[in-house]
Amino acid sequence: MNPLAIIGRATLALIRTAGALAIFSVRGLMAALAPPWYLDQLRAQLLRIGFFSLPVVGLTAVFTGAALALNIYTGGSRFNAEQFVPDIVVLGITRELGPVLASLMLAGRVSAAMAAEIGAMRVTEQIDALKTLSTDPFRFLVAPRVTAAVICVPLLVLVADIIGVFGGYAVSTQTLGFNGATYIRNTMNFVTNWDVISGLIKAAVFGYIIALMGCYHGYNSRRGAQGVGRATTNAVVSAAILIFAANYVLTTLFV
Amino acid sequence: MADTPKISLRGVYKSFGSNHVLRGIDLDLAAGRSLVIIGGSGMGKSVLLKCILGLMHPDKGTICIDNEKVNGLSGRKQAKVMAKFGMLFQGGALFDSLTVWENVAFRLLYADGMKRKQAREHAIAALAQVNLEADTALLRPAELSGGMQKRVGLARAIVARPQIMFFDEPTTGLDPITADVINNLIRRQVSALGATAISITHDMVSARKIADEIAMLYEGKIIWRGPAKDVDHSGNPYVEQFVTGSETGPIKVMAG
Repeated sequence: MNPLAIIGRATLALIRTAGALAIFSVRGLMAALAPPWYLDQLRAQLLRIGFFSLPVVGLTAVFTGAALALNIYTGGSRFNAEQFVPDIVVLGITRELGPVLASLMLAGRVSAAMAAEIGAMRVTEQIDALKTLSTDPFRFLVAPRVTAAVICVPLLVLVADIIGVFGGYAVSTQTLGFNGATYIRNTMNFVTNWDVISGLIKAAVFGYIIALMGCYHGYNSRRGAQGVGRATTNAVVSAAILIFAANYVLTTLFV
Repeated sequence: MADTPKISLRGVYKSFGSNHVLRGIDLDLAAGRSLVIIGGSGMGKSVLLKCILGLMHPDKGTICIDNEKVNGLSGRKQAKVMAKFGMLFQGGALFDSLTVWENVAFRLLYADGMKRKQAREHAIAALAQVNLEADTALLRPAELSGGMQKRVGLARAIVARPQIMFFDEPTTGLDPITADVINNLIRRQVSALGATAISITHDMVSARKIADEIAMLYEGKIIWRGPAKDVDHSGNPYVEQFVTGSETGPIKVMAG
């Protein structure tokens, strides 16, 4: 087979997917911004994405904060800089690890669930049924999920920031010999509003990516159970990759 | 005008790559008539139904409802046309996250903005019309049998009193007695509403029961159409083979 033809086909497929995703994204945004809004659907998604994700986000954050403190202590001790543990923990958690790791966990939990649910609706003709019932699937399915994710992920990351810093505090005071009051004072003196806010802006963008990937792959799911399975995998993988890519771009802007 | 067809198709084509599914469909259906389209699997019955419903866009041709072209519409204009329709899907297509009554009242709640209490009353009345007790209203679709799901789907289709009803394989997967119940309900509800109906099926018992007229789709074209009572002596070898279910005849079936 001609290798140029293979590259050409792959390139065209990539461009087609990018175009389809861009159109889907714009339709989703327009549906989220303009009425009618289905508030009961939004409430359900806020609960599902926000409240029910608290345990997984909390556990991720506490262990990440604890491990980060240990690593910084190990590295810092090589040039007598152990005292910087609280500063670097809070910086690392709020600017980078809080938003990225919480969002990756949510990509696994939320994006996959959205893709599976909407994909199952596609293959059982429930999306066609919505249209025949004079209801726009973008308004009923996509808009509440995108809106809820953009609202919930920053809130979850704020919780992750607090718990992550607590994880670092707990390890530092219990095993590394730090004084609790000093640790908190150093943390509060070092962290700036922008550190937290930039992390929350990242989280809102990641929330949009998580919901968009779940909805896009679910909505375009085909061919029965196998298609739904593929949509779920693709949603998680593409959300994770886009989160990493967006994180790099945003970090470049925020530095 | 009394002669204006409720549904009118002219030169409707639809292909998927090299698979030419619809190859120039011309069809008129008068208001209040029930047409059943028969044909083998993969002959384009579902595609034709989805094109009329606006769920698929034909490559060529026009589809008119009440003399207004409806293919190519989107957004609010399409939703307005959809308000005339009631559709019973093959698998029911009930929303599993909602209760039975919320499924039935979906259009009233979400498209018409009716209050929940009032919508629920309408839903329970519609459930009664398809012989379902009010206590099924709070169940989830997963808790219902196949026949009950079809009846809930039918209740959802009739609740907003549509002008045009579509039935996609309404008896597939049902035992003969339940299928007969569904056929009777369809016939009764279509008559009660005075609706125009298009059904697709390959179940000849169902076709004879719910049709005023029957049309046969073969290789993307309507090859025969006539009153339901004539289907058994149509004089068309394709229809005769299909009706008798014979392996021998002009219709070639791929083995396996």
